[in-house]
Amino acid sequence: MSVDDQRTTVARQSGEPLVAPGHDLESVNEQINRIVLRPAGSGWLFGFTVAFLLLIGLMFAILALMTRGTGIWGINIPVAWGFAIINFVWWIGIGHAGTLISAILLLLKQQWRTSINRFAEAMTLFAVACAALFPILHLGRPWVFYWLLPYPNSMQLWPQPRSPLIWDVFAVTTYGTVSFLFWYVGLIPDLATLRDRAVKPLKRKFYGIVSLGWRGSAMHWRRYEMLYLLLAGVSTPLVVSVHSIVSFDFAVSVLPGWHTTIFPPYFVAGAIYSGFAMVLTLTIPIRKIYHLEDFITMRHLDTMAKVMLGTGWIVAYGYLMELFVAWYSGSYFEQFLVRNRLFGPFGPAYWGLILTNVALPQALWSRRVRRNPVLLWCLSLVINTGMWLERFIIVIVSLHRDFLPSSWGMYYPTAWDWATYLGTFGLFFTLLFLFIRFLPMISNFEMRELVHRTSTEGEH
Amino acid sequence: MEGSRLETRTWGWMAEFDQPEDLLSAAERVREEGYRNVDAYAPMPVHGLPEALGLGRTWIPQIVLAAGLLGAIGGFVFLYYITVIHYPHNVGGRPFFSWPSYIPIMFETTVLLAAICGVIAMIALNGLPKPYHPVFNVPEFLRASQDKFFLVIEASDPQFDKDRTREFLEGLQPAGLHYVED
Repeated sequence: MSVDDQRTTVARQSGEPLVAPGHDLESVNEQINRIVLRPAGSGWLFGFTVAFLLLIGLMFAILALMTRGTGIWGINIPVAWGFAIINFVWWIGIGHAGTLISAILLLLKQQWRTSINRFAEAMTLFAVACAALFPILHLGRPWVFYWLLPYPNSMQLWPQPRSPLIWDVFAVTTYGTVSFLFWYVGLIPDLATLRDRAVKPLKRKFYGIVSLGWRGSAMHWRRYEMLYLLLAGVSTPLVVSVHSIVSFDFAVSVLPGWHTTIFPPYFVAGAIYSGFAMVLTLTIPIRKIYHLEDFITMRHLDTMAKVMLGTGWIVAYGYLMELFVAWYSGSYFEQFLVRNRLFGPFGPAYWGLILTNVALPQALWSRRVRRNPVLLWCLSLVINTGMWLERFIIVIVSLHRDFLPSSWGMYYPTAWDWATYLGTFGLFFTLLFLFIRFLPMISNFEMRELVHRTSTEGEH
Repeated sequence: MEGSRLETRTWGWMAEFDQPEDLLSAAERVREEGYRNVDAYAPMPVHGLPEALGLGRTWIPQIVLAAGLLGAIGGFVFLYYITVIHYPHNVGGRPFFSWPSYIPIMFETTVLLAAICGVIAMIALNGLPKPYHPVFNVPEFLRASQDKFFLVIEASDPQFDKDRTREFLEGLQPAGLHYVED
């Protein structure tokens, strides 16, 4: 009860409504479910086709990799971790916003999460799917990827559980599974709504099966709410753990530029930064195309921009600390790494990173920029690029010149590297288009709750 | 359909309400009247509704806690078994029982098992999947997942009487009253 009171107080204080005025339960249902139940438009078909063609490109790139081996990529000694690892970290970072919005913001009682959590969770799942592809492809023999999992086998071998790479296997599979469960549990009542609204028998059957016969009885809801809260509770440390463990892949090694204690928090902040950037990249066009401005309001865009500004500064602090610690450590190799990062052959990438991840996002201090969807969308693309450059610098620049100049080398990505990277956009957007078409992209029952709460509040 | 069966079995009476507040006060009245086999259906969680109906607590928190502990202990035992007993592997002279490096995997198995068991528990305790339920026989019940609120007194209640229960529910001034057949 007190939780409820607290929520309404928060809503009152912040003034600007989270839902445009004039909505009731039925208008919310109508607006959210209409997108799923009406026939597909030509725009959707076009977008899906483009994404699907890219996905076919990915399949082709994977086929080439399977038949000819990792030699088609630009990796070699000393840079053995090329695009595959950059893209893995980049995608999994993007996949952090979903669970952050669903879990942490739920525990913090941030009501504005309601309009975007479902979408962000779906984005998380698809980003994790893209991310998980890369280390598997990078194995060299992707068809035996299950050797990573500890199972009793005829070789009498176990994976090495003292290695962060195996921690990573557990972290990513757990994260993917728990994100899926969280997403599906959130969907169950909404699937029941779709079951009851669908007219065509096939659709009614499909949504009937996947909603498991949900009736929304009082006891159903009690167990449901309790579980949802507990899932948020266990997912919160999980989000933090996943990118921390990804950073251990680097930090536990002895390489200059990798061997640093700031990596876990700096990676987690970067993940949230890029995740929110991707949520904005996707929601700004979608709210326009599907006329969801009533639910994803300017206030939502503004709040997400503020989260980006905050996490962006944590990331900037990380960059600063890397420079400071290199100087303060007195280690020759660390100092050389910084010089090489700033002025070496990949120097432009570093300055590009500072421009895209630190300098340009400062525009978010301005309220006018935060409330201009076009500018905000451009900035979200800039930040996505910046976060990719960050991983490029961490992976490539540290590897290509380490201790002995005799073992230095250069890294040049090949066309196959780019094809695989672009191909994962095909996978991501294909899944996203299917999601928009067949599932409610805004949490319907939570919106009903929100609309009811705000409307009764007005009567007081 | 009608006439094909001379007698239909009564499952209960269903009252329909427009607002969750109406449902809540009706639930309290039903409870005061002494009905026990009662259930309410809503398109969103209504706070205080389970209490008003006198419904019990849920075991979900205990199940999630137990599953989490099992995940932690199971993860530890498993890692101990593979690194110390079954496949002891000397890495730079480090001890076989290097427990600090077990922690990340133990954490993940804790979360994984807690989440999976929690979801299974929620679905199983709710009696799902259940494609058929008598309340679905009421055409108006389609709105229970959309914008209407329903209260059902089931025929299995010792106090249930087809006519008296109907009169009592009418007295609560519902937006609609529906007969639920089994």
